[in-house]
Amino acid sequence: MAKVLVKGNEAIAEAAIRAGCRLFFGYPITPQTEVSAYMAKKMPKIGGTFLQAESEVAAINMVYGAGGTGSRVMTSSSSPGISLKSEGISYIAGADVPCVIVNIVRGGPGLGGIQPAQSDYFQAVKGGGHGDYHLLVLAPSSIQEMVDLTSHAFNKADEYRMPVMIMGDGMLGQMMEPVEFPEEEENAVYASKEDWATTGTKMERKHNIINSLYIDPNTLENTVIERQKKYDIIAKEEVMYEEVDTKDADIILVAYGTTARICKTAMAKAREKGIKVGLIRPITLWPFPTVAFDKVCDGKKKFLTVEMSMGQMVEDVKLSVNGRGEVEFFGRTGGVVPTPNEILAKIEEMAGGAK
Amino acid sequence: MEKVFKRPHALCDVEFHYCPGCTHGIVHRLVAEVIDELGIEGRTIGVAPVGCSVFAYNYFNCDMQEAAHGRAPAVATGIKRALPDSIVFTYQGDGDLAAIGTAETVHAAARGENITIIFINNAIYGMTGGQMAPTTLVGQVTQTSPYGRDAKTQGMPIKVCEMLSQLEGATYLERVTVDSVKNIKAAKAAIKKAFQNQVDGKGFSLVEVVSTCPTNWGMSPTEAMDWLRENMLPHYPLGVYKDKSNEEAK
Repeated sequence: MAKVLVKGNEAIAEAAIRAGCRLFFGYPITPQTEVSAYMAKKMPKIGGTFLQAESEVAAINMVYGAGGTGSRVMTSSSSPGISLKSEGISYIAGADVPCVIVNIVRGGPGLGGIQPAQSDYFQAVKGGGHGDYHLLVLAPSSIQEMVDLTSHAFNKADEYRMPVMIMGDGMLGQMMEPVEFPEEEENAVYASKEDWATTGTKMERKHNIINSLYIDPNTLENTVIERQKKYDIIAKEEVMYEEVDTKDADIILVAYGTTARICKTAMAKAREKGIKVGLIRPITLWPFPTVAFDKVCDGKKKFLTVEMSMGQMVEDVKLSVNGRGEVEFFGRTGGVVPTPNEILAKIEEMAGGAK
Repeated sequence: MEKVFKRPHALCDVEFHYCPGCTHGIVHRLVAEVIDELGIEGRTIGVAPVGCSVFAYNYFNCDMQEAAHGRAPAVATGIKRALPDSIVFTYQGDGDLAAIGTAETVHAAARGENITIIFINNAIYGMTGGQMAPTTLVGQVTQTSPYGRDAKTQGMPIKVCEMLSQLEGATYLERVTVDSVKNIKAAKAAIKKAFQNQVDGKGFSLVEVVSTCPTNWGMSPTEAMDWLRENMLPHYPLGVYKDKSNEEAK
C-alpha cells in the first residue's frame, strides 16, 4: 500500500480499525480528540460502534464490558482523563480483560496544560490505579510506529488477556508524517476467548464470569501470584527498545517518544563536535528494557536521561544501571519541549566542557 | 413423584449469602423465572453491582460480569454494543444506582440503551453495615444519620422512577414491591415486561423494587415488611412511571 500523510491521532484510530477494533468508547479531551473524531466518522460506515460516553469513568467501564465479551475495544484520552479512568483500568487488569488504552500525554498535574509532556510515566508504569498490576506500555516515537504499535497492542492484549497502553504525547498526536497502513488480515492475531469471555452460554457450557473480587485473602493472593507469572513472562519476552551507536559511546542518552527524536538530533550535533554519544530508546516502558543496559554498562559509560517531566523514567534508568555508571537527568516540563541545543549543552557539561 | 416447585434453571444451585428475611432472594428468583420463561438464558449476560448483591455473579446461571461500584449501566452498554443480540441486565442497589452511579444510570436511560435494570431500593447501604443511602427516608436512623436523616443538612431522598421519567430516552419505568403474594406477582409481571422489551428491541427498561433490609433496619423480617408498607410505600408510590412499550421498536 502507498504511503499516506496522516496525523498521529488519526493514525492510531485507523490502525486500530485495521487491527480489527470495532468498538470505541471515549470522551472529548485535548490533545487526543482527533482519535474520537476519526472513530465517529469511520465506525458507523463499517458496522462498528463509536460511543461518546458521559464521562471518562463511563467510557472505561464500557471498555470493560465490551472487552469482557472478548471483542477488540479501545478508548483514548489524555492525562487528566487517564486519571479518571484509572479505577476502571485496575478493574480491567484485575479481571484479566483485554483492551487498548491510548494516552496522548499533556502537562500536569491537575488540569495542567494542553501541550506535550511525558509526566504520566509513573502513572503508566507504576500503577495509576490500585493494587498489584501492570499494563504493557508502548511508547511510539514516530507516526509509523504509532501505526505498528497499535496492531501490536491489540495482539498482545489478546494474547495475555490484559490492558495495553499506548503512550504518546501531544506532539506525536498532532504532527503529521507519511505512513503505510497494513491490511487487517496481515496483522491481527486473534486468541481464543471461549473459555473465559461472556458471550452467552448458549446452554452449552458453564457460565463464564468476569470479575476482580476475591473475598478470601488466600484466593486473592493466589490470583495475584498467578497473574504475576504472566508479568514475569512478559518482562522476558516482550521488551522492545532501539539502540543507536552505543558501542563506542562515552555518554548514552536515554529517552522515549518525542524526546528520543530530539535526542537523535542532539546526538548528531555532539558527534560532530567529537563527543561520542549513543542512545537507548525504550519502546516498552513496562517492561522496562533493563537488558539494554546490561549489554552496555562497562563501568565507564555515563547515562543522560532526557524527559518531558521533572524526572520519572530516570528512576528506572538508575535501577537498570544499578551503580554501573553515572546517571544524570535533563528535562523540561509543563508542555515545554526541550531543544537539541539544550540537550547538547548538558552533554557537553557531562563530557567535561565544550570541546 | 412429580416436582411441582423447583429452582429455576437460571438460578445456580448454590446457597445465597443474604440475611434472613432479605428480599434479594425473592427478586433473584423472579429474575431467574423470567429468564427461564423467555428462554433467553443462553444469550443473557448479567452485570452484578457493588453492594449486597455483589455475589449475584455466583447466583445467576448465565454469563456474568462484576462491575465497579455504580458502573453497571456503562458495563452493560459495552456488552450490549459488542453483542447486540445478547440480553443484558444489571442488578443494582440504591447506593450503587442512585448515588455513585447516578451519571451512568441517567445517561444509559437518556441514550435509550436497550438493556434491563433491576433496581433494589431498600433505603440503606446494606453491605457496609447500614449507612444512609440516597433513598433513605427523612428521619430514618442509619449509622451515618444517627439522629435521623435531616433534610436540611442531608437532603431529600431521590425518587429514581420519577426522575428518570423525565428522560425521553427511557422506555419503561415501573416501581413494584414484594411484600405480599399479590405484589410479588405484579413485580414478576413488571420484570418480565422489562426483559421482553429488550428482546423486542424497545430500549431502556428499569424496574424499581421497594425492598427490606431487616438486619440494618434493626427489625424482624415481619416488622420490616410492616415498616416498608407504612413508611416506604407512601414516599415511593407503586406504579408505572413511563411506558412507551407499545410504540414501535427502534
